[in-house]
Amino acid sequence: MVLGKRVRIRAKGKIFEGIAMPSFTGNFVLKLDSGYNVGFKEYELLEVFEESLPKTEIKKLEKKDGLPNVKIISTGGTIASKIDYRTGAVTSQFTAEEIVSEVPEIAEICNIDAELLFNILSENMKPKNWIELAKRVYNALKSYDGVIITHGTDTMHYSSAALSFILSTPKPVVFVGAQRSSDRPSSDAAMNLLCAAKAAISDVGEVTVCVHATTSDDYCFLHRGVKVRKNHTSRRDAFQSINARPIAKIDYPSLNVEWLSWRLKRNERPLDCKAKLEEKVALIKFYPGLSAEIMEFFHSKGYRGFVVEGTGLGHVSTDWVETVKRIAEDSVIVMTSQCLWGRVCDRVYDTGRYLLKAGVIEGEDMLPEVALVKLMWLLGNYDLEEAKKLVKQNLVGEIEYRSSY
Amino acid sequence: MMYSKLGLKVGVEIHQQLDTKHKLFCRCPTKPGKDEKEFHRYLRLKRSEIGEEDKAAREEVERSRKFIYKYCDTTCLVEADEEPPAEVNVEALKIAVQIAKMLNMELVDEVHVMRKIVIDGSNTTGFQRTALIAFDGYIEVDERKIGIATLCLEEEACRKIEDGEGYAVYSLDRLGIPLVEISTKPEIDSPQLAKKVAAKIGMILRSTGKVKRGIGTIRQDINVSIADGARVEIKGVQELEILDKVVENEVVRQLKLLEIRNELLKRSAHVFDDIFDVTDVFSNSKSQIVKGKIVKAILLKGFGGIVGKEIQPKRRLGTEFADIAKNFGLKGIIHTDELPAYGISDEEVKKLKELLKAEENDAIVIAAGSSERVDRALRRIIERAKYCLKGVPEETRKANEDGTTSYLRPLPGAARMYPETDVPPVTLEGLEVEIPELIEDRAKRYSKDLPFDLAWEVADSPYWNLYEEYSKLLQPTVVAKVLYSIPAQLKREGIDVSQLGEEQFRKVLNAIYDGRIAKEGAEEALKILAKDPRAEISFVAVNVDEIIEKIVESKKDLIAEKGEAAFKPLMGLVMKEVRGKVDGKIVAEKLLSAIRKVINK
Repeated sequence: MVLGKRVRIRAKGKIFEGIAMPSFTGNFVLKLDSGYNVGFKEYELLEVFEESLPKTEIKKLEKKDGLPNVKIISTGGTIASKIDYRTGAVTSQFTAEEIVSEVPEIAEICNIDAELLFNILSENMKPKNWIELAKRVYNALKSYDGVIITHGTDTMHYSSAALSFILSTPKPVVFVGAQRSSDRPSSDAAMNLLCAAKAAISDVGEVTVCVHATTSDDYCFLHRGVKVRKNHTSRRDAFQSINARPIAKIDYPSLNVEWLSWRLKRNERPLDCKAKLEEKVALIKFYPGLSAEIMEFFHSKGYRGFVVEGTGLGHVSTDWVETVKRIAEDSVIVMTSQCLWGRVCDRVYDTGRYLLKAGVIEGEDMLPEVALVKLMWLLGNYDLEEAKKLVKQNLVGEIEYRSSY
Repeated sequence: MMYSKLGLKVGVEIHQQLDTKHKLFCRCPTKPGKDEKEFHRYLRLKRSEIGEEDKAAREEVERSRKFIYKYCDTTCLVEADEEPPAEVNVEALKIAVQIAKMLNMELVDEVHVMRKIVIDGSNTTGFQRTALIAFDGYIEVDERKIGIATLCLEEEACRKIEDGEGYAVYSLDRLGIPLVEISTKPEIDSPQLAKKVAAKIGMILRSTGKVKRGIGTIRQDINVSIADGARVEIKGVQELEILDKVVENEVVRQLKLLEIRNELLKRSAHVFDDIFDVTDVFSNSKSQIVKGKIVKAILLKGFGGIVGKEIQPKRRLGTEFADIAKNFGLKGIIHTDELPAYGISDEEVKKLKELLKAEENDAIVIAAGSSERVDRALRRIIERAKYCLKGVPEETRKANEDGTTSYLRPLPGAARMYPETDVPPVTLEGLEVEIPELIEDRAKRYSKDLPFDLAWEVADSPYWNLYEEYSKLLQPTVVAKVLYSIPAQLKREGIDVSQLGEEQFRKVLNAIYDGRIAKEGAEEALKILAKDPRAEISFVAVNVDEIIEKIVESKKDLIAEKGEAAFKPLMGLVMKEVRGKVDGKIVAEKLLSAIRKVINK
């Protein structure tokens, strides 16, 4: 294996020296001393050099008296990951020392301990990962003043919703992510992390998401974990609170906190953890022409929880009504809207009235993803009838009964 | 100067913007836009990325500030670092390959786009995307082969609009325009040859017809070293005309620094690490520079008279220190070699020297501003002053308009480059390109019909292809006049000719070809089009002589009465009929001789 080693090769009639790099195309990739990578189709390996790599030492971290203690749990997001400039590989040991060496200002805010729980891409997250994460956070909340969870952004709002239902927390639980990986100088990771650290020591007793609020590095929003959604594929300010105002605005670099809406305060709730989830819950997005067979299929596979992402005020085609009626007999069917903004109301048009009569429950102003996670949690912890009752009740801020401007 | 004896080695680096339809990593046009809105960011460098040796990065971090970016409708989320880059622009890749072949270079098989860390804010990402395309070529200049080391395709940086204390403002419109960077080997051994090499590469680049022209679209960087000196990289020589002078001045600077070193060693000079707070000395100063500010000082033992020594025309060693201070956001520095001055009194100087226990032969450097900035700047100046005892520091410098250079930053290390994982590698196999005719060869061809200088201008003009087309239909000299001589003359007369382009030249040439205007009417026609590029040049050909004859005949009495003074009213009458069709000067000449003829009769 010459990968990562210094080699001398002959290619195109010329001698080159550099580091052999990983290649995904079959060509030989060499990192020249100038820093450039180049690929050669044909080459002759002349020499492989053995050399020891210099190790960078990181100073041992000392706790500061009087600062709150915060636990940072990584689930494998890009925050505080590190790139190997020789091979281009991204590594993450995720020690507190590393985080402080990359974002030294955090040590002025709180004492941190860090733990690498998962190292998975957020699209590979499963409900069982939410449970494991929730249990880990639950344990941390017993001794720390706040918990930060670094997370890939793609499904961060599913995880934040899951923890919102699973955990009753008296302290801040703050999800944080980055839209630009932390290996680039323009990364939003450091600012998001600093704002999250501030949130984690503040007067909040909820599960939240802390990320950029605008394209500028000017402030972050602290979103309620059950009201937030990723609404852009790539922008820093991809996350938005929907049908609610963010809990707070955290200014950067001053880190001043401005409260924007109601919130559960620190110590307002006891610490508790109901960590069961029923995974057989389906989220079905209706589109013109979609047949109700899709519900039949899930039902035949044992699914008893259904969240429908309907059109407009909360509709599916009228030819679904019979199927819905049959399935609703032993299942919970919650209607949400693919409009995302606004409240479901099935009493305006006939279709809606038929659906209600068939047993559909209006999901109020809940986000479809949140309704999905909520139903998983309800069916995991309560019986069917109770779940039907609770699903339309606000439990942790997932439903606002008043739609404000 | 005997440059060969000094061991002069020069390498030239040319940065040329390409004239592509789209930018290198997005579909935005490569045109300037009107700044409308703005956002701001901070850049940070992970400590793990700064090798101990990489002073450039460390210094940039210490200068870290707020970057404000202006954006407009000709830019998109890619420039704003809010969307991943698209794949490499194939049009740009083809031009780069074409240029590489014209420079006799070898191509890599597979192009890998890299991120070159630059955190001065000029790239929203904090890095510049760059890829090595070809290596190991040559050009011939003065019958010598000069090696071309590498050709890279990279994205242009932002345009800087403003540089403030603690912030900088950039425009995004230039960011991402494709650019080729061509580096020669350090085989050039005289300032004159450096200029010729740059000129030749420039000519080859323009021969493709696919590079941008005008101020700022091409920049030359030069690497200069002499035997006992050090490698110094000079950035941003905008004018080819002064390239040799920049090299000459750098050689002088290095020689002077070596002289200074020898003198300092003789004097057993020494630089102290202490930074003294001397604010109290200037608390009642008349000098606006120091009054009411935090002032700190450093002591350079044995540097007396040397800080004020000239090392380039109108630049002293102290100016080098001042450059450093400016980089840290200060106005500059003051040193005792130039004092008393700037409203600082003799007595204050005396107090200052007493406080620092400076002796006759010592120099003191002071700086004023915010405490933190002053500390950082002075720390760096101490480092620089210490190097005076060693010789010439390796560094990056900035070319000034007068041919001198200013300190910019330390030389960057090679470690600050890593793969752009968002852009997949591209194979160059099967990329077909044609090699265009060189401008110099074309000029030779044209010189059969045109004087050589004019032939060169036409061959080097973006409209040479119009010359090719119309010189078959019209007299070549007429075509050359329309395409080059007349616009050049109009420009000298202060007329804005920026609106004249292919469409306008075609209008005029077609009108001459169709006989709608006389060839003498070309100037007038171009004047009209310069003002109104949409104007139709469709006036019918006129016979000036006939018109003049007719008018002179009908106004015989007036001429008899007023003599040559009749010219003015008659000129008005003639011009009424021929305006825009015939050159006024020609009309005047003809009319005057016709009037004289009548008088003489």
